[in-house]
Amino acid sequence: MSSAGRPLPALVELVRTRLLEFLREPEGMFWVFVFPIAMALALGFAFRNKAPEVLPVGIAGAETSALRRALAGSKDLKPEIFSSVADGRAALRTGKIALLVEAGSPLVYWYDATRPDARLARFAVNDAVQKSNGRADPAPVRDALISEKGSRYIDFLLPGLLGLNLLSTSVWGLSYSIVNARLKKTLKLMTATPMRKSDYLLSQMFSRFVLLSLEAAIIVLFGLFVFQVPMRGSPAALVLLCLFCGLAFAGLGLLCGSRVQTLEGVNGLINLILIPMWLFSGVFFSSERFPAALQPAIKALPLTAANEALRAVMLEGKSLATLPMPLAIIGLWGVGSFAIALKIFRWQ
Amino acid sequence: MESVTPLAIECRSLVRHYEDVRAVDGLDLAVRHGECFGLLGPNGAGKTTTIEILEGLNRPDSGEVSVLGRRWGSDERELRERLGISLQESRFHDKLTVFETLRLFRSFYRNGRDPEEALRDLSLEEKRDARVGKLSGGQRQRLAVACALTGKPEILFLDEPTTGLDPQSRRQLWDRIQAFREGGGTVLLTTHYMEEAERLCDRVAIMDHGRIIAEGTPAELIGRLRAPHILEFSSDPPASLALVAAIPGAYDPRPRGNHWSVAVGSLVEAIPALLLALEESGAKIQELSTHRAKLEDVFLALTGRELRDE
Repeated sequence: MSSAGRPLPALVELVRTRLLEFLREPEGMFWVFVFPIAMALALGFAFRNKAPEVLPVGIAGAETSALRRALAGSKDLKPEIFSSVADGRAALRTGKIALLVEAGSPLVYWYDATRPDARLARFAVNDAVQKSNGRADPAPVRDALISEKGSRYIDFLLPGLLGLNLLSTSVWGLSYSIVNARLKKTLKLMTATPMRKSDYLLSQMFSRFVLLSLEAAIIVLFGLFVFQVPMRGSPAALVLLCLFCGLAFAGLGLLCGSRVQTLEGVNGLINLILIPMWLFSGVFFSSERFPAALQPAIKALPLTAANEALRAVMLEGKSLATLPMPLAIIGLWGVGSFAIALKIFRWQ
Repeated sequence: MESVTPLAIECRSLVRHYEDVRAVDGLDLAVRHGECFGLLGPNGAGKTTTIEILEGLNRPDSGEVSVLGRRWGSDERELRERLGISLQESRFHDKLTVFETLRLFRSFYRNGRDPEEALRDLSLEEKRDARVGKLSGGQRQRLAVACALTGKPEILFLDEPTTGLDPQSRRQLWDRIQAFREGGGTVLLTTHYMEEAERLCDRVAIMDHGRIIAEGTPAELIGRLRAPHILEFSSDPPASLALVAAIPGAYDPRPRGNHWSVAVGSLVEAIPALLLALEESGAKIQELSTHRAKLEDVFLALTGRELRDE
């Protein structure tokens, strides 16, 4: 378009300049696009499905060779001989072995019952010892092992990372850009023109939408192709859900940026809001693990609701109509924070 | 009344407190159409608070403001279309180019100047595609004025437009401001450069502690001084205060290093008397210079302080 033509509407110019600013800011690109992928890669590999763990156990005492043969016969155990009980207990204390067997009659099992791997070792060791002493199992059993896509850790993690990314880039992106404009008095300068204030706020939301669609697409495609995370629900439902979450989280971002006057201030405020949600909202592990008393509060967090809905759509193939509760929670946060932000927004 | 032209800007009994400081303390002001009016004063005099109240960016605790015959409360949108505002040290997005910034500001106005034209106007064509963050202070200030002029305003508000600029950038801005006035525009500016006020302004108001302590054309204000000439000299040995004070028409003698500076009513009377007195005291004159009083001297005479003391 020739510059002598009609100028574009202010809203279009505001969105365009906001996007240009973002694209010219390498740090912003990193946090929005590279960071979530790097995180998914790191965690995906760290928690990939490995062969079942072999437990190191120690043997000490007078007569160790028969014991060692018995334990070496178990595929779950890796026995090691210690010259004295004291040495063995030292290894136990430092976590090098899960359990120490002291030969004798009776056999003594040294272990810490609060450690899950120690309790597992207790069962495996005892099983091997009893079998080698001639125990016969009265009921026949057979193991049927599964490794189904959709139940792996990465399948749980990816929707959580998507939710987390939608939230944190919305909150950081919006509030930082607003506080920065306020600090530099660009906001004040713009309010000295006939620019509509609603155009400015809408442009912040719309440019978020553009970026959010890109980042959500990158994370989802990455999960689908690199980790074969299943996509059981309809893609349209996922897109709608991401946009809905993005809109609500943009409200939170607007609220964070509505009054703060310094970058330090907004840093602190954002951490105050985001860190609890990193922990409680079921990004890295299920939020059900927290005590029952905390559950109502945890369920009311917007990220908990978003993660629940994202997982339901991606992993369980549910439609949005079956998720009224999480959608209502997300919507309420969005509308509430947007309304408050508009009321208390500081233009200078 | 010497003029029937309606006022472009008028305010009455303006008061604005910040905590226990009266930043603006009962201020009256009237700026005519087509006039360049300067608010002068040291830092902290209340100039910025005053101009921001007139710009509708700050609210007075009490008092009335009328701009182009309208009020801020009811006609804000219309007024914004008709005013151009450059804030003190406002900054634009560093990552946008000069042209993108101008195009953005153009989009805010119903009618306005083409961004390319605005570039030419302030000699920014070479910087068209440069990022704002890479501009010099003078270029940035020219961009700020270009943005203020984007909406073809009737009144241009400039808060310390040339503070910290090199002489060349300053002159470029002065030329642009004068061109705007020749096109019929009204200008209200604040400054603490007296030279700027003398050069640009038809009328000035000198502010101190939130009040106007003198108002008029620069020539009127200087003419009001009892002693419109400044005499500066040094001698060996240095002259005594009594000797300087005895010069006919001498007013407010001040030592400046090994110089004396004294305002006098008439050079023709003062200089022979000074030379004679020095000779009688056995001192030899070393340097002697005179200048006509400037607005600077008006401020000094009115407040007993130098404008750039702080």
